[in-house]
Order: sequence, then structure tokens, then C-alpha cells
Amino acid sequence: MLSLKQRRRAQTVVLGTIAWLVALIIFFPIFWMILTSFKTEIDAFATPPQLFFTPTLENYTSINERSDYFHFAWNSVVVSFGSTIIGMLIAVPAAYSMAFFETKRTKSTLLWMLSTKMLPPVGVLVPIYLLFKDTGMLDTKLGLVIIYTLINLPIMVWMAYTYFKEIPKDILEAARMDGATLFQEIWKVLLPMSKGGLASTVLLSLILCWNEAFWSLNLTASQAAPLTALIASYSSPEGLFWAKLSAVSTLACAPILVFGWISQKQLVRGLSFGAVK
Amino acid sequence: MADLTIKNLRKSYGETEILKGINLDIKDHEFVVFVGPSGCGKSTLLRSIAGLEEVSSGEIFLNDKEITELAPAKRDLAMVFQSYALYPHMSVRKNMSFALELAGQDKETINSKVDEAARILELGPLLDRKPKDLSGGQRQRVAIGRSIVRHPEIFLFDEPLSNLDAALRVQMRLELARLHQDLNATMIYVTHDQVEAMTLADKVVVLNQGRIEQVGSPMELYHHPVNEFVAGFLGMPKMSFLPGKVKSVSASGVTAELTSGYEIEVPVSSDSIQPGSDVNIGVRPEHVIITDKNSSKFQAILDVAEHLGSDTYCYVKTLDKQMITIRTPGDFLGTFGETIGLNLDPLQCHLFDTNGKAVPRLSRAAEVA
Repeated sequence: MLSLKQRRRAQTVVLGTIAWLVALIIFFPIFWMILTSFKTEIDAFATPPQLFFTPTLENYTSINERSDYFHFAWNSVVVSFGSTIIGMLIAVPAAYSMAFFETKRTKSTLLWMLSTKMLPPVGVLVPIYLLFKDTGMLDTKLGLVIIYTLINLPIMVWMAYTYFKEIPKDILEAARMDGATLFQEIWKVLLPMSKGGLASTVLLSLILCWNEAFWSLNLTASQAAPLTALIASYSSPEGLFWAKLSAVSTLACAPILVFGWISQKQLVRGLSFGAVK
Repeated sequence: MADLTIKNLRKSYGETEILKGINLDIKDHEFVVFVGPSGCGKSTLLRSIAGLEEVSSGEIFLNDKEITELAPAKRDLAMVFQSYALYPHMSVRKNMSFALELAGQDKETINSKVDEAARILELGPLLDRKPKDLSGGQRQRVAIGRSIVRHPEIFLFDEPLSNLDAALRVQMRLELARLHQDLNATMIYVTHDQVEAMTLADKVVVLNQGRIEQVGSPMELYHHPVNEFVAGFLGMPKMSFLPGKVKSVSASGVTAELTSGYEIEVPVSSDSIQPGSDVNIGVRPEHVIITDKNSSKFQAILDVAEHLGSDTYCYVKTLDKQMITIRTPGDFLGTFGETIGLNLDPLQCHLFDTNGKAVPRLSRAAEVA
């Protein structure tokens, strides 16, 4: 018969092992990608797959020779931050009015906004492509910023709304009684109080923008193409170069991975959508 | 100077009317308490004065200036919330100086005003703490301090003590009374606690279902309630109501026969009362005297006795199953099920007509005349 303490211990060990296994399974593709990026093209194709090999940096140098990594990376940065900033400028006031001046249609408006995320983007590809063509926004960073802002806005509004909902209305009313204007009320009271939640909203938006591939592939060519387009260019008519593809993928993932690592605490809180106080 | 006048104020949420035509005058330096059961509209009325609630119709004047449509920030009123509503990300000092900073006052003035408020409320050592590091009573004091620094025209309190424990509530109640003396300010205070209303107010406004039932000093309301609602709402324990019929009327009062057969002549004006009409006799617990069962025709059975030490509250059942509450001295010893005799003091009894309206006392009518 195990004592209560021993049983608890056994439970922890079992749960811990399962958690590690799941984590390893999830991480394995990333691990393999990084590993492959240091192989030669021949090693990358080897059967059975090789775990031990002589590492090479050849892929990384050849990427820089073939294309300007920093050009694409800069595009990714501009587009991600640009659309996140504009998105927040729209999402915060929208969520403010929905959270604190709720009407009977607020809930359905929110649901409707979120439902637009459930449609397949390809359904609106042609009209949007034509719109972009006619307005000269094809292959421009501005075009990408606009489209990213629009596709992420529902989630940003929803998240900000959830965080604002946690803030007692009384405090905002107290600010109003204290003589705060609408802007002061939001800037000096609401935002500082919800900065944790808004930070995770910003993070999520950055990550979604950084990783977005569908629109960037379809709406950009060379000028405004972000890193996702760079990766895709390696599965090209010239053939599939696994090692180089892995190297470029690693380079594309690295910044956001580091970014995510640093801010993982915020991110976890953000993804739980404020369900836990 | 801070006179507030409310004229025919109405407020509806969709179909439901919360405030049904409120008319009220509040004079400078008055401590006015809005009291009533939950849902009576007292908080809505306060929030309408504050500007946090849009009114449907009617007018609010502050010193003869109409403020009905004015933004809360422009009304020069300060409000203390039930939940304290302190800014959690600011220190106590910053919480108190926030309004002054928004108003663009210079640093020196702000500091001296905050220090002055901190001195009055004994918050000095806490000025650099955050609200989360304070106890409930301290938070409440900061919330009050936040309104004091502004020297507003009127202080508004929305059930400020209901989140505090009983002992602290009594202490804060005293402090509020003292504060009103010291600041000599106009204060409007919302509560559902009639003890707070009785002890703090210069003027009590009793609200029920969106209407003002009665306005007056606490003692006025206690001794001369205009209807059964006010009579039953104020006073602890509650007034007992005994149904009866008018037997005869005369110049000296109205004689009613209770359902138990007991007859009592209440000295009230007989102008509007016809013999044979249904009435209720209201009597407060302290105006019923317990006697030996043989010395009174009005008999009852002792049901429950609550011993509070200083007093004993007896709940008795008359022979026709009416409940009466009686306040007796603390050393009263009665046993459950014991039959006792009751004496009602006719001078202290209230008579309510079929509509629940109080029939004016004769002594009172003479005073008015």
C-alpha cells in the first residue's frame, strides 16, 4: 500500500513523463528542421535518416548568396509591427466601447466578427487580388499591412474585450468623476490596468502576422515579400532542396522563436483568453 | 454654496421605469441619505446626479445652473464608490492627486492638498503604498481622501460602508459624521442600512419603487411616517401592524377594534375616517408593554425571545395569529409558549387607512394649525 505522499509523487512522475513526451513530439519537427539545415543536401535525403553527420554551414551561406535574407526579414518586421500597431489602434477603442457600453447587440457583433475568421480565405482571394491590382497595392508593404490588420482584427478585438471585461466599471467611472476626458480615461487608467492582457494581444498579433503565408504568397512578388515567401521560394521549379529549405525556415523561425521565448509568460496568459484570473 | 434641485426626474431602461418622477431639494451643508430596499432606484438617482447615468427626462440644477446634460467631469462632484474603485496601478498619493493633476494644478498645491487630506484621514504612513497592500478600511479612507482633495461642491457616497465588517462599519460611520462636521460640506449618501440613514442624516429620503415616499429628518420619519412603507422600513426591529376595523370616531380620536377583539382609541384626526372601514394599527416594539396575563384583555403567546444583553426582543403571537414584536429590558425572562398580557400605548400608536396612508395625529394636526 502506497502512502498518500508516495502516491502523489508517483502521480507527478507519470504526469511529468507524459508532458515531456508530448512536448518532444511537438518539438520534433522543429528539431529535425534545425538538424537538417546543417546537413548537406545528400545527407538530408539519406535513408535511413541520419542523426549523426558532419555539420556544415554551406546552406546558410548559399541562402545569402541566392537572396538577401535581411530584405525579407525587414519586410516581415515592418509588416508585422505595422499591422499590429494599426490593429491595436482600432481594437482598443472598439473593445472599450463593447466592454463598457454594452448594448444588446454587442455579443452578436463579437460573434459575427469572429465568424469571419472561420471562412476559408481563398474564397475572397480573387476579389481582394483584383482590388489590390486596381489600387496598385500588389507587392507593397502597405497592402500586406492592411490585409493583416483586417484578418487579425477580430481576434485582437475579442482578446482586448475579454481583458477589459475583467476591469471593474467603477474604476473608469471614478476616473470620469475625477475629471478625466475619454482619452485620459483610456490612456491613464484603462491601458495601465490591462497592460498584461494587451501585451499578449500584441504578441499574438505579431506572431500571426509573422507566420502568415497565404496572403503574402498571393499578394507579393519580390518588393514586399516577407520571410514566409522566401521559404516558399525554395520549393521551386528548380527542385526541392531539403537542406536549404530547412536552413531558410530556421532563419525565418528564429526571430519569432526568440521573441516568443522571451515573452512566453505573457503569451500563455494571452492564449488562455483571460479565462483564469 | 451647493444647493441641488431635482425636478421631475425620470429614468427608464427600455420598458422598465426606474425613477418615476423625483422632485427633491438639497440645501447647502446638508447630509442627505437616500434609503430604501434594493431596486428602489436610490443608486440610480445618485448616479444620475453624478452624471454617470443619462436621465430620460427631468432636470437637475446645481446652484441654479442646469447640469442635467453635463459630463460627470464638469459637474464638480466627487463620488465614493461601494467597491472603493481605487486605481490599482497608482500609489495612494497618486490616487488622491490624480484629479488635481488632471485639473492642471501645480505640484506644490497638489502636495499640500494631498498631505492635508492624508492628515485628516490619518493616511500619512500609507501614501506610498499601492491599494492592494491596504485593508478594507484603509482603502475606503483613500477613496474618501480622493474626493476630499478636490473640495467638490457635493460629496456623493454610494453605499460606502457595505463592504466593511460590522465593527469597522460603526467606526467609519462615526468618522463620516465627524468629517461632515469638519468639512461642513454637502453630502449625499446612499444606503440600504437604515441605521446608517438614521445616524448620519440631517435629511432622510425614503425611496420605494422609483418614487420618494417621504423626506424629513430621521426623528420626523421615525415618529411621523406618512405611510406603512416608511413606518415599516425605519426602525429596528420593525413596527408591528395589526389589522382592525374602525368602530367609532370622535373629536378625541378614532376607536378601532382589532381582529382579536381588543379595542383601542388612537388620538388621530377623524376627518377622513368612516366607521366600519379597514385600518391597520402600527406600533413600535418599544411601545408595547408586557403585563400579567390577567391584567390585560389583549393576550398573546410568547414565541421567540432574542436576548441581546441590553435588550430582549420578544416575538409574540396574538390569539388571532398576528405577530407583534416587543422590546423589553435585557433581563426579561419569558418562557416559550407562555401566555402574556399586552398593553399598547395609544399615544404612540399609528393608524393607517386602507391605502396604507397614515392618518395624522391630533397633536400633530394642532401643531400644523
